[in-house]
Parts: sequence; C-alpha cells; structure tokens
Amino acid sequence: MSKLKNSAAVLPEVIRFLKPYASLTILSIILSAASVFLTLYVPILIGDAIDFIIEAGKVDFGKIIPLLIRAAISVVLTAILTWIISTINNKITFEVIRDVRKAAFEKLQILPVSYLDSHPSGDIVSRVISDVDTFADGLLLGFTQLFTGVLTIIGTLIFMFILSPIIALIVVVLTPLSLFVARFVSKRTYDMFKLQSETRGEQTALIDEAIGSQKVVKAFGREDEIMEKYCEIDDKLVKCSLRATFFSSLVNPCTRFVNSVVYAAVGCFGALSVVGGLAGFGSMTVGTLSTFLSYANQYTKPFNEISGVVTELQNSLACARRIFDFIDEKPQTPDKENAVRVTDPSGKVSLKNVSFSYTPEQKLIEDLNLEVKPGQRIAIVGPTGCGKTTVINLLMRFYDVKEGSISLDNIDIRDIPRNDLRASYGMVLQETWLAGGTIRDNIKMGKPDATDEEVIAAAKAAHAHSFIKRLPDGYDTFIGEDGGSLSQGQKQLLCIARVMLCLPPMLILDEATSSIDTRTETKIQSAFARMMQGRTSFIVAHRLSTIREADVILVMKDGNVIEKGRHDELLAAGGFYADLYNSQFAV
Amino acid sequence: MKHLIKHAKKYMKEVICGPLFKLFEASFELGVPLVMQQIIDVGIGEGRKGYIVGMSFVLVLLGVLGLTSTVIAQYFSAKAAVGITSGMKRDLLSHIQSLSFTELDTAGTSTLITRMTSDANQVQNGINLTLRLFMRSPFIVFGAMIMAFTIDVKSALTFAAVIPALSIVVFGIMLICIPLYRHVQQKLDGVLGLTRENLTGVRVIRAFRREDYEKNRFTEKCEDLSAMQEKVGRISALMNPLTYVLINFAVLILIYIGAIRVETGILTQGAVIALYNYMSQILVELVKFANLIITITKSVACEHRMEKIYELRSSMKLAENAKDTQNVGSIKFKGVSLTYGTSSEPSLEGIDFEALPGETVGIIGGTGSGKSSLVNLIPRFYDASEGQILIGDTDIKELDIEKLRGRIGIVPQKAVLFRGTIKENLLWGNENAAEETITEALAVSQSADFVSEKEKGIEEFVEQNGRNFSGGQRQRLTIARALVRRPEVLILDDSTSALDFATDAALRKAIGELDYNPTVFIVSQRTSSLRNADKIVVLDDGRQVGLGTHEELLENCPVYREIHESQFRKEGERA
Repeated sequence: MSKLKNSAAVLPEVIRFLKPYASLTILSIILSAASVFLTLYVPILIGDAIDFIIEAGKVDFGKIIPLLIRAAISVVLTAILTWIISTINNKITFEVIRDVRKAAFEKLQILPVSYLDSHPSGDIVSRVISDVDTFADGLLLGFTQLFTGVLTIIGTLIFMFILSPIIALIVVVLTPLSLFVARFVSKRTYDMFKLQSETRGEQTALIDEAIGSQKVVKAFGREDEIMEKYCEIDDKLVKCSLRATFFSSLVNPCTRFVNSVVYAAVGCFGALSVVGGLAGFGSMTVGTLSTFLSYANQYTKPFNEISGVVTELQNSLACARRIFDFIDEKPQTPDKENAVRVTDPSGKVSLKNVSFSYTPEQKLIEDLNLEVKPGQRIAIVGPTGCGKTTVINLLMRFYDVKEGSISLDNIDIRDIPRNDLRASYGMVLQETWLAGGTIRDNIKMGKPDATDEEVIAAAKAAHAHSFIKRLPDGYDTFIGEDGGSLSQGQKQLLCIARVMLCLPPMLILDEATSSIDTRTETKIQSAFARMMQGRTSFIVAHRLSTIREADVILVMKDGNVIEKGRHDELLAAGGFYADLYNSQFAV
Repeated sequence: MKHLIKHAKKYMKEVICGPLFKLFEASFELGVPLVMQQIIDVGIGEGRKGYIVGMSFVLVLLGVLGLTSTVIAQYFSAKAAVGITSGMKRDLLSHIQSLSFTELDTAGTSTLITRMTSDANQVQNGINLTLRLFMRSPFIVFGAMIMAFTIDVKSALTFAAVIPALSIVVFGIMLICIPLYRHVQQKLDGVLGLTRENLTGVRVIRAFRREDYEKNRFTEKCEDLSAMQEKVGRISALMNPLTYVLINFAVLILIYIGAIRVETGILTQGAVIALYNYMSQILVELVKFANLIITITKSVACEHRMEKIYELRSSMKLAENAKDTQNVGSIKFKGVSLTYGTSSEPSLEGIDFEALPGETVGIIGGTGSGKSSLVNLIPRFYDASEGQILIGDTDIKELDIEKLRGRIGIVPQKAVLFRGTIKENLLWGNENAAEETITEALAVSQSADFVSEKEKGIEEFVEQNGRNFSGGQRQRLTIARALVRRPEVLILDDSTSALDFATDAALRKAIGELDYNPTVFIVSQRTSSLRNADKIVVLDDGRQVGLGTHEELLENCPVYREIHESQFRKEGERA
C-alpha cells in the first residue's frame, strides 16, 4: 500500500491533464450514477410484475402491463446512458493520451542532448507509447470501472436492505468469501507466474542465441548440444507452466462456487421468508425473491472486478510516474532573450580555454585554445573512441562547454540563438540518419522551400542523382525509417546532398571509416572537396590526404586534445601523431 | 494444423477429458434454475419448509459438483496445452537446426525466433482456452434454450428469436471493429516510429532546426490516432447497450407471455422465474464466446505461421555414401558461380583458383562484392550453383559434411559468443581440446593478456552475445575458438576489423607460425592486411577480376590498384 501512496504523488499532474475535460468527467460521473440506479431498478420492476402472476386465473394484467412499460423505458434509457458514458470516457481517455504524448514530444525537442544520449532510446519510446497507454487505460477506464463498481455495490446493498434487511445481511456476510478466495488463489499463483516467466526468459535467451547465431552453431556442429540444453530448460518450463496455468485458471471457478453458495442461501432464506417460516425475517413475495436472486447474481461481479482494478491502478500509477518524470525533466537552457542574431557568419571560430567533460569524475577536454580563420580546414584525428565527436557536440552546442568559451565571429555562441548557430553549419555524420519519407523530403530537410531544380542540382553535386534516378520512383521513392534498403554509401550521399542544398558557411564532416566500397568512397571524397571550397570546415578525418591538406590538425586521445598543429610540424615533433601516422599509413 | 494434431494425439486423454468435464459443469449450471423453480412452486406453493432447505442443499451440491468438474477440466486443459506446445516447439527447433543456410536466409532469424517464442505462447494460450471454453459457451447458450423448450415451447420461442439477434449484434460489431483496430494499430506504429526516429536522429533534427516541423508532424499523427480510436470506440461501445436492450426486452416479453400462460394455467409462477433465469445466463456466455473467437483466430494465425516453418525443407542434398577426405587443406574452385535463393543476379561468378596446403589466400573487394559468399562455400554452407569445388581432389558434395566442417576453423564477420564461460565458448571448437591447445589458441589469437587479467581468467562468465566484452576482445576470442580445433583450414572473414594495427600484425604473424600449418583464407577490405599472402583473389561485383600476389596485382589488376591507392594515395607507395 505504501507503494500506492508513493505513486499517488503523481495525481496532481494527472489532474492537470484532466482539467480541460473537467465538465465531461463530471457529466460522466453523474450519468454513471443514473445508469447504475436504472440497472438496479429493472429487476425490482420485473419482480413486482412477477408478483401479479400468481396462478391460473390470478394474473392481474392491469398491473403487469404498466410495470412492463416502465421497465422497457428504463431499459432503453439505461442503454442510451451506457453508450453516452462510454463515448465520453473514450473521448477523455484518448484525448488525454494524445495530450500527454504531445507534451512528452514537445519536451523531447527541448531536452538537452546529454539527456537523450544517456537514456536508451527504447526506454524513452516505451514511456511515450506503452506507458502512456497503460496509464490512461488503467487510470481512466480503471477509475470509471471502480466508480461504477462501488456504486453498484452500494446501490445493490441499499435496495436489498430496503427489500429485506436480514437477507441483505446474509449476502453481506457471505460475499467477502469470494474476495478472500480470489485473493488466496492469486497470491499462490503469483509465485508460480514469476517462476514461469523467469524460466520462459531463460528459454527465450537460449532460443535467441541458438537461432540468432544458427550459422555459427552449424559451423561448429553444435546442433545436438543446443537441443539438449533446450530440452533441459523446456522440461523445467513445462512443469512450472502447467502449474501456473492450472492454478491461475482456478480463480474463476472458485469465485463462481462462492457465488452459487450465496445464490443458494438467498434462495433458501428468501423462500422460507415467503412462506413466513422464519421469525424476524418478515414476509417476502416471490417477486422480491426473484429480484434478490438476480441481485445475488450481479452483486459479486463488481467485487471481482474491483480486486483486478486495484492492481491495474497501481500499475498505471507507476507508468504515470515514468511518463511524468520524463515530461518534468529539466529542459536545456533556453536561448537568451537578448540573443544576437547571426545570419551570415564569416566563419571565424575561436575556442578560448575550453574545458569539458561528460562526467565530473572523468576529465576530457581541458583548456583548449584554437583560432580558426574563415575558410580554414581543421582535421580532427585520433584512434576510434577518442572523443572526436565531442568537439562536434560543442561546436553545434549539443553540449555546452563547462569552462571557457566558444565564439563565432567574436560572439559567444551561448549568446546566439541555437537555430542561428546551427543554421551556420552543414553537418554530415558518418552514422547517417534519414527520416522516414521520400528522397526529396530528405534532401529538402535543410531548405523546405527548395524547388525541384535545386534539389536535383544538389543531388548531382553530391553524385547522388544517378542512383536516385534508378530507384523505382526516383525522387519520390519512399524510404522507411533509417534509410530502409539503401546502402550505407547511398545514405551518405543523400546526407551530403542534403547539406549541398543549403550549403551554409561552415561545415562539420565525418569521414567514413569502412563499409563503403572504394568507388562510392571516391565520389564522397570529391563531393566533400567541392563543399569545402571557401568554407570553414571541421573534419573528423581518417584519410591521409585530408589530414595533410588541413590547416590545423587536432590530435585526440582518450578524449583529450593532446597535440595541435600542421602535418609537418607534428611529424617533426615526433609525438603521438607521428606514431599514429607511422603505424597507420606508412606500412 | 498438421503438427498440432500430431502432438494432440499424444494427449488424447486430456484433449477429450478437458471439454468433457467442462460440459458436466455446464450441465450442473443449467440445473440451477430448475431447482429454483421447484423451490418456488413446491416449496413456497405448498409451504413445505423442509423441502426448501433440502433443495437449497441440492443447489450447493450442484455448485460443489460444478467446481469439481471444472478443476478437473482446467487441469486436463492446462496439461494438454502446455504439453502440445512444448512438443511442437521442440520439433520446430530441431527442424530449424536442420535447415541449411539458404533457408535460414530466406526465413530470417528474427522471424524464426518469433515463431519459437511469442507465436508458440499464443498457441498454448489458444489451445488452453479452446479446450476450456469452446464447447462450454455454446453448450450453455443452446442448453438454456433447450431447457426453456422443455419448460414451455411457446415461451421458449422468445429464446429462438433472441439468440440469433444477439449473435448478429455481438459478432457483427466485432467483425466491423477488428479491421478498424488494425488501422488503430498501424497509426500507433506510426506514432511510435516517429518518436524513435526523433530520438535516433536528434542531432540531425536539431542541426537542421526541424523541431517545430517534427512537432507538427507528431501532433498530426496523434490527432489522427485519437480520432480513429474514438471512431472505433463509438462503434464498439454499441455492444453493451444493444445486447442489454435485446436481453431485457426478451425478458419483458417472456414475462408477458408467461403471464398469459399462467393465467390459462399452462405455466406456474416458478416456471416463469426459471425462464427469466435462463435468459440471464445466455448473454454472459455469448459475450465470452465472441471474445474467445478473437483469441482463437489469433492463435490459429500463429499456428499457421509455425506450420509454415515446418514446410521449409533443407535444399542441400547430402551425399549418400559420404567420403572422408585426407587432404582438406587443398582447395580448388573450378568456374564456381553462386546465386542465392530468390535473387536473379548471381552473387559470385567464374571463380577459379587453387589453394595449396599451408598457403595463405587473401580475398579482397568492395562491400557486396561477394567475399563472404566465397568463403562460405568452403565449409559448404551453400552449394555452388555452377562449377565445382574440390577438397583434396574430391567434389565437396561427395564428402561427409559434418567431418568436413569439423576440420575447418571459421571466424565469422560478426563476432558472436554464447552465454557461458570463456572456456565453454572455446570448447565449441573442440569438445576434447587439451589444456595446452587452449593456451596456444589464446596466445595465437592475442587473447592471453586480457583473459588472464579477468578475475576468473578462462572461467570468466560470458553474457549473451558476449556483451560484457569489447568488440576487439570478442573478435580475438572467436579466433581462439576456431584455433582450438587446430583446423586444417582457417577462415578469417574480415574478423580483425576491431583490432588495432599492431595487434592485427602480431596475430597474422602468430598464425603464420602455427606448427600444424593450416591453409588460411583472409577476407579483408584493406590491401595492407593481405600484402604478405601467397595469393590474393580480387572480387568486383561478384566476379573474379584478379589473382596473384600483391606485387603482381599492383602491376596488372586495375581494380586492386584502385583499392590500394584509395587507401594509401600515391604517397603510401613509397614505404
């Protein structure tokens, strides 16, 4: 229960999202109360009618027909109310889901990149998609279920007490049995389910491995050993799965049994009191007995539902916590109000005493100074994983420096609106990213109002036109998320075309290391060369020619810039760069 | 259904008893209104208290009997469901393991895994529910109607009218909603895709200042989704009110007809109440049945998908009187072409070369040029579409495939390790490897240092896919695994990409010095890794465009020269 209390702290935020639907929510509650009342009223009318059907020659049609008409009206009204209520509840649920998702997505766009880098994207996706669903389903539908459930129980009790207090008392005493039995069974099954899902997880892991790497299994002829291991786990799974399935399927029969005991008790005492055989039971009619019997049938149903709803509510509050934690996450520092607009920078970049680290414990860049004149080429060199992308992160302001400053045309980049800063750079990363959409949309990403001619010109400049032309729908070919069936090289050419189209004054380029064939690589090189003409460029460089032609080489190791200078200078210095050069290029 | 039925036969007793005991339970349930009728007509009518109490105990007894039969039924159903599915899964896994690479490629591993896991679970659930409910619900619905007919034919006609009407409403609404739900799912997938895209592409999106554009796109998709959900919701919300109206109107008509029949003395008051109770039983069961149909439809679809996998047949014909060969290290390709299953273009064409025992053969070419395809032919993972491969002068198709593979050590491109200890992983190469062999393999593969640095050394635990080791460490361990078998042929399929230059060089040197002198195939994209090979096969778009040593190829193979120069430019030459 403390868990429930804990997660209840999220309620104010839930209410914030419910506020626009306040009047609908209240309407839904009122209508639910009315429909519960009507649902309970119908059996009474039917019971009354039965009382006028006594035996041959003693049937009072004059009384029966008005009762039946009243019942018919109630039935129709209930039906209409039920439909309106579910429509309203649907509307609230689905629109709250939509609003929460929108809020989450808006947050996503302004969260610092550091947050997104440090949280697995699968986790965030599941918050925005499935957690929101569980939360809304559980909390909103669960709430209405709980509400009507409780209302039905209270209503039934009131009606029963009015009709016959003693029999009502018997029902009240017996029904908790059903709850107790259900609780008892599900507590036992919980452990079995846990064991089942653990064993199943173990089996899935093996299947994953065996089939996922089936080629290796075959290469080493390990099929039999895998089968043996599988059967061993499967024997265990069969055992615990049988128990879990069996015991969990006992809940319904057990509560059904308790219901039939209640039913028998109502029948017994009801009938006795009709006969007038029990002192203090008062006298009852057959019709009332029939009403009681149908109450006894419905009465336990909400109890069973409520016990299910409570776990569901707990679950949904936990999901709500996860989604609202995300929505309440601290956004990146907003652009300054008096930010200086920069529209066409010359490309002069300077880094002054820049220090940066991702975590306080591990120092990365320290006291880095660099003056880049317009049109210069900066090559960033170092072994894999040395933090070359860190520099890109800082230049584009995906991350802010910890100390010191970076300025563009002598303006601190923190004083420039992010959009202006980023518009000044054209970026081509090695890990290509394409949006789901057409080829044309992807090229136009940086300049949505570009004409078709401009798009084709950019594609031609990037050597992408010829392969695009050969695709089934040319520029209108739809590519799925992450580029779909395009090869790595083709994707990179598209990313280059994308930058070619808007061609900002500065460039950030990440040279490909592998997985691209020589010819495509040559094309990419010449496209890069064309772009770089007259532009300040930062290049994560792997090829010798790029490095040799650079105006400044930043040599990085373990996240640090350890050397800085021109090729000849660095070679002459005989430091890390010289070692690197000798091992990689001068075989 | 073939395999399901095959395994169901082994659980004949359970498959029959499950539904049978369910029917017993249903019969007991159908008895309740009749007993109640007796209580009212006889007990109340004649004022016999003892009779009332007695009949109430009969009601409890019916409950006890019902409970007992269900418990038995649930047990049998669970046993059959779990047992049948387990049998099907075992068959399926062993079948999957018997497939050749060609079928694994066409089916796709993720598909196969889904069949073995979530599809199988769905089937198990489906079998269980079918055995439990498929007979019971219709039995109660029609049973209630038949009981009504035994009470009074004329009143029972209401049942005959309302059951079809209810069925039309329940199944009709479901039929309309199912395809709509599919649309909802598609739209939800769209929202999910966009969210994921925005996470993976965050840098590009921000670099191109697309935040607002993406927000609009997302809003649009969300509005679309919620509009669709509300539309489906409005239709499916009709189910409860419509069935409620139908059932209750039927009850009212029943009471009216009952009243007339009682007036004329044909029916008793108790009989009317019994009819009323039967009517109430129908609705619950009909809705349950409709939901069951949905679950079963899903399970049947899953079962079909599993059956489809059984239908895959290994396309590789194994030799009947398989020969064992002595000289595995001598390998000859004669005009070999390879066309994969469905593709129209060959992936390899006109491959012609010979590797002598102990030689080192380099294979080079761009991405997709067919390098891996070529080496995959050596352990006969695929059969050549044309031409012939000779292993020690025998056609590869006449050899015992198990023995052949047992003498080849292959290091695949993707460095995969399996859950277990390092040692267990190494023993894949050779179950009976001696301690010294393992030590040697670790040393040659340059793994000795980092393995000994591990807390438990060679007994260190390897997580699934080896994710607790770095890429370079995994590659070296997969090389060690191949070496543990002291293979006659060693295939390195671009398997040193994560190693730094010095380690790579040390590795190649150590392999060259192995005392058992294997024939080595090295696949690479870099000429620097191959310059010391005895011969190099140059591939371009699946065709063999060059064969010779590094120097020869530089001289006379333009493709090789181009590759080399792109990596070293002109100035690399001088060294």
